[in-house]
Amino acid sequence: MFRYIVRRLLQMVLTFFGATFLVYALMFANQKDPIQALVGERPVSESQRIALTERYHLDEGFFMQYWYYMKGVLTGDFGTSMTGRKIYDMMSDAWPVTFRLAIIAIVIAAAFSVTAGVYSAIKRGGIFDNSTLLITLVLLAMPIVVIAPLAQLIFGIQLGWFAPTATRDATFYQLLLPAIVLACIVIAPEMRVTRTSVVENLRADYVRTARAKGLTRMRVIWVHVLRNSLIPVVTLIGVDLGGLLAGAIVTEHVFNIPGVGFNLARAINTEDGPLVVGFVSILVILFLFINLLVDLLYAALDPRIRYE
Amino acid sequence: MDVLPGIDPRAPLLDVTNLHVEFRTQYGVAKAVNGANFRLAPGETLAILGESGCGKSVTAQAIMGILDTPPGYVTQGEIRYRGVDLLKLTEEKRRKVRANRIAMIFQDALSSLNPVYTVGFQLGELFRKHRGMSRADAKKRSIDLLEQVKIPAARTRVDDYPHQFSGGMRQRVMIAMALALDPEVLIADEPTTALDVTVQAQIMGLLADLQQQRNMGLILITHDMGVVADVADRISVMYAGKVVEEAGIYDIYARPAHPYTKALLESIPRLDMKGQQLSVIQGLPPLLTDVPKGCAFNPRCRYARDACRQDPAPPAYAVAPNRTARCHFFREVIGE
Repeated sequence: MFRYIVRRLLQMVLTFFGATFLVYALMFANQKDPIQALVGERPVSESQRIALTERYHLDEGFFMQYWYYMKGVLTGDFGTSMTGRKIYDMMSDAWPVTFRLAIIAIVIAAAFSVTAGVYSAIKRGGIFDNSTLLITLVLLAMPIVVIAPLAQLIFGIQLGWFAPTATRDATFYQLLLPAIVLACIVIAPEMRVTRTSVVENLRADYVRTARAKGLTRMRVIWVHVLRNSLIPVVTLIGVDLGGLLAGAIVTEHVFNIPGVGFNLARAINTEDGPLVVGFVSILVILFLFINLLVDLLYAALDPRIRYE
Repeated sequence: MDVLPGIDPRAPLLDVTNLHVEFRTQYGVAKAVNGANFRLAPGETLAILGESGCGKSVTAQAIMGILDTPPGYVTQGEIRYRGVDLLKLTEEKRRKVRANRIAMIFQDALSSLNPVYTVGFQLGELFRKHRGMSRADAKKRSIDLLEQVKIPAARTRVDDYPHQFSGGMRQRVMIAMALALDPEVLIADEPTTALDVTVQAQIMGLLADLQQQRNMGLILITHDMGVVADVADRISVMYAGKVVEEAGIYDIYARPAHPYTKALLESIPRLDMKGQQLSVIQGLPPLLTDVPKGCAFNPRCRYARDACRQDPAPPAYAVAPNRTARCHFFREVIGE
């Protein structure tokens, strides 16, 4: 187990450099004149040009630039955005709110999809099963660009149940509506996977044994069947959590939440290279750690999986 | 343990009469059990014998009350345990009969044990949920049980998962689980089919020992006549959901009264038949959605005449005291 974790961590280092290198290359490859891009429309004097070239190591070749950049990142210095703000400051503003949003969303999604998935598996073919199938199909078919403004309009503005926007220091309640919207994208697949997995496990021989042991139906389902059924669901939830961190772009934009998605979208629009690479680097690290966590959880749930 | 209402210690241990089970599927109704009858006394071993799909396992599941409903339904009959008709009990009472009074062992011990819990958890669960024991006490009892079924190093093995045991050891765990709450009836559904021959003998020996110690009634479901001969007192031969012949072990082997039993016996390979062709039963068991008229065995029977192809099906003729056969021509079959 320990050796497995060490091996995975080493692999993560490689993946981290590979991924950030790619993003860095893509972001800076098609810039014809980075200095002009940096200062915008204004003319640049020769002395400014020399100073900026010096500061950004523009005369040292692409690999060296990447090296200087990574050295900064690893010491906590993400550089300066083209807006002039320190990227580190921007991230410490953006990450906490996105993190809270994603956690609330994934908890809502997991709680709902597991309960509803188990219930429709037990009563498969019933009214609940069929209506949730219909609702999840509608949710699957509706893109987030439709759900988010619609939810904001109906629940945030017309009914006034929730706050229509959120700020950097948003409360749990202010984040609830965007979190529900965000959860909607992942609920459908998570619930379908739970349902299928439970249906499959209900047919297993060990369920017959558990019933022959005179256990209550509740215990057979929530102790014996569920633990086996959760194995594929946990993987999915793990991947979704990574996706939610990155994929909040539309939701954060609609609800005006100054989080990661919000900043990333703006950075891409304004071709703010350092900002994009900074955010993506952290995203890559988070993604890798979540994946490692999922794999370890896998082994905890299923003793037949042992990593050597 | 709760006391069942109307329980009578003098009544037969287990008495199944006229049991009918059917499966309602989208392809029609499959009549899996069509009037099974048998009785079991304490300390007795009853073997239920038959080909795959003849209703053996379904009968066992109906007795346990673990049929999958839907599609399986018990449509008629009585299953009396010490005089109490189990089919009339509420689900809550029925649940407490399982494992406490009637327990069951399944065929494939690997898939029958939950892969994600330790053996100790799965055993201890019985003591915790039925007897209200603490985790520590339940574990102690689990270790005792594993020792009783002769699993070496039970103290450490109790924390292992099912996949860490060999096939024979897993079946021992299943036996331990079934015997945990000291049931009076044990149903073993093909307990040795998934095991190799030497292990088979060990497991059957263990079962026989434990049965004797506890004076349990044992229902042994099998298709293997070799297994039966060593351990059973009585045999019920099932075909297409009916008990076609019921008799003591000696009578069945010496003078079968039903053509199906006879054909089964002839299909056992024997050392003194070296060089001869092994006899097989021609044809296949009938589809349970479409059982032949009259005697269900008639299309495969060499004694069959017109009477056998017409309803009603042959009744259970009393061949001798405590011996029945559902064949119009049982005298001819015996006498030959």
